[in-house]
Amino acid sequence: MENIIKTFLLTDLLKGLWTTFKNQKPSKVVTEQYPLARPPVAERYRGAPRLNNHPETSETLCISCNLCALACPEQLIVVTSERNPETKRKDLTTFTYDVSRCMFCGLCEDACPVDALELTQDFELATFTREGQIWDRQMLEEGPLPVRYTH
Amino acid sequence: MAATTLVPPPVQDDTFLDSNELVLNMGPQHPSTHGVLRVILKLDGETVLGADCVIGYLHRGVEKIAENRTYQQFAPYVDRMDYVAAVSNGLGYCLAVEKLLDVEIPPRAQAVRVILTELNRLASHLLWLGTHALDIGAITPVFLCFREREEVLSIFEKYCGARLTTHAFRIGGLQYETYDTFEKDCLAVCDLMQEKVKEYHDLLTGNRIWVRRTTGVGILNAADCKDYGVTGPVLRAAGVPWDLRKAQPYSGYEKYDFEIPTAKNGDTFDRYIVRMQEMEQSCRIIRQAVESIPEGPIKGKVGKVIKPPPGEAYVSIEAPKGELGYFVVSDGSLNPYRLRVRPPSFVNLGALDKMCRGTLVADVVAIIGTIDIVLGEVDR
Ligand code: SF4
Ligand code: SF4
Repeated sequence: MENIIKTFLLTDLLKGLWTTFKNQKPSKVVTEQYPLARPPVAERYRGAPRLNNHPETSETLCISCNLCALACPEQLIVVTSERNPETKRKDLTTFTYDVSRCMFCGLCEDACPVDALELTQDFELATFTREGQIWDRQMLEEGPLPVRYTH
Repeated sequence: MAATTLVPPPVQDDTFLDSNELVLNMGPQHPSTHGVLRVILKLDGETVLGADCVIGYLHRGVEKIAENRTYQQFAPYVDRMDYVAAVSNGLGYCLAVEKLLDVEIPPRAQAVRVILTELNRLASHLLWLGTHALDIGAITPVFLCFREREEVLSIFEKYCGARLTTHAFRIGGLQYETYDTFEKDCLAVCDLMQEKVKEYHDLLTGNRIWVRRTTGVGILNAADCKDYGVTGPVLRAAGVPWDLRKAQPYSGYEKYDFEIPTAKNGDTFDRYIVRMQEMEQSCRIIRQAVESIPEGPIKGKVGKVIKPPPGEAYVSIEAPKGELGYFVVSDGSLNPYRLRVRPPSFVNLGALDKMCRGTLVADVVAIIGTIDIVLGEVDR
């Protein structure tokens, strides 16, 4: 009997359709309107790299120890430095970071002893050229400037 | 004009043209092959006489890369094999190196590892369910599954900062401490899944189209499973209760109370049911683990430089797709001497020919879906 009802009244199919229908309530809509609305990413998100400056003196925090370059599996960080004869310390001269080869694993960030290199919440890294993917020190300190779309 | 009779040239019986056999190339660019799998099908009308897989379109030489990276540096690469279940890959690799190093993992790290791998099992099975149903022709489940998968991925994002290629574990334990609402989020996902699995059952389990498309399709019995070395849900659907979490517990799985779902017939429908039940069991494990998560350190005694003593270690874990094994050989230097991965997708794919024989062309798609392969792992 049950089977006859099922065969002729299509209860099994209607049950599925009802499930689909139930999920159409506007309050259940989960689609994000990117790029109009940028989704918030988590605090620990591993996105665009940044080279931090000291908040007061705005001097770079990087001590040119080269640990990040050694930790990176892709060997895409190049740090060069110069010995400062006055302070007897190494001064950072250039810092390049090839974003196109980076897999955002976070090993460089973990390796940095002074928290100078950090992976931030920016995730819009597209550029028009391949050269644009190679970030120099200035770019790393300022961060990318993605286009914000508005109505 | 003289009448000519058209007589076809005599042909031998075994020539290709005379027979009814047709060779059909499916893929590598085919939406239902879940990546870049090429299957050469030999058909007699609609019936499949045999299937030949051509793989390697996604080969990246991961095992070779390992030989040129230090142990820590290689960890992110394993995520790129089975990118749907990156956390499980990371766990397998870390366990293998930890076995070489012979370090103790703190209980807190073990509990968090279990939670994250089980969450990953949920994510992997949800993706499988959505795409498998989509292949067979049911479009709704994929949207619902991806919505729920999003909740799991957002836990990964909050925990370690990445959603897919997570790099969540480090050799010796964890890098990141859990965030504030971690426990609450995990329990919320379990509650949500319990409710949503019912919804999937409403959509598919009773649906006559689904039942007819899957019942009796791609049967692989227990003996064949063992012959082919097939593991995971495919093996369990054939009635063999083999689960490495129970058989050789790792990371403290022996502490949790859960069942191994099995089925009898080993067809596509049974594999669907087994995976659905596995999701519920995963929720059970997550609940238990979250409630008993101990306090303490999250990293064992490993130095900054990892230099295992010469030797070799093989560790296999129960990944969402089956037995995932890592074999690491160390010569005492900073890099692995050799690293070999036993990928479940690759081994399970070997049984495709056996499962396809005698079925219809349209069922091949269902069978590829039911094995649950990820080509990144097949090709490595
Ligand atoms: S995130 Fe990983 S791949 Fe990228 S620069 Fe840092 S260490 Fe290298
Ligand atoms: S590890 Fe940190 S301090 Fe050292 S070179 Fe890299 S960014 Fe600079």
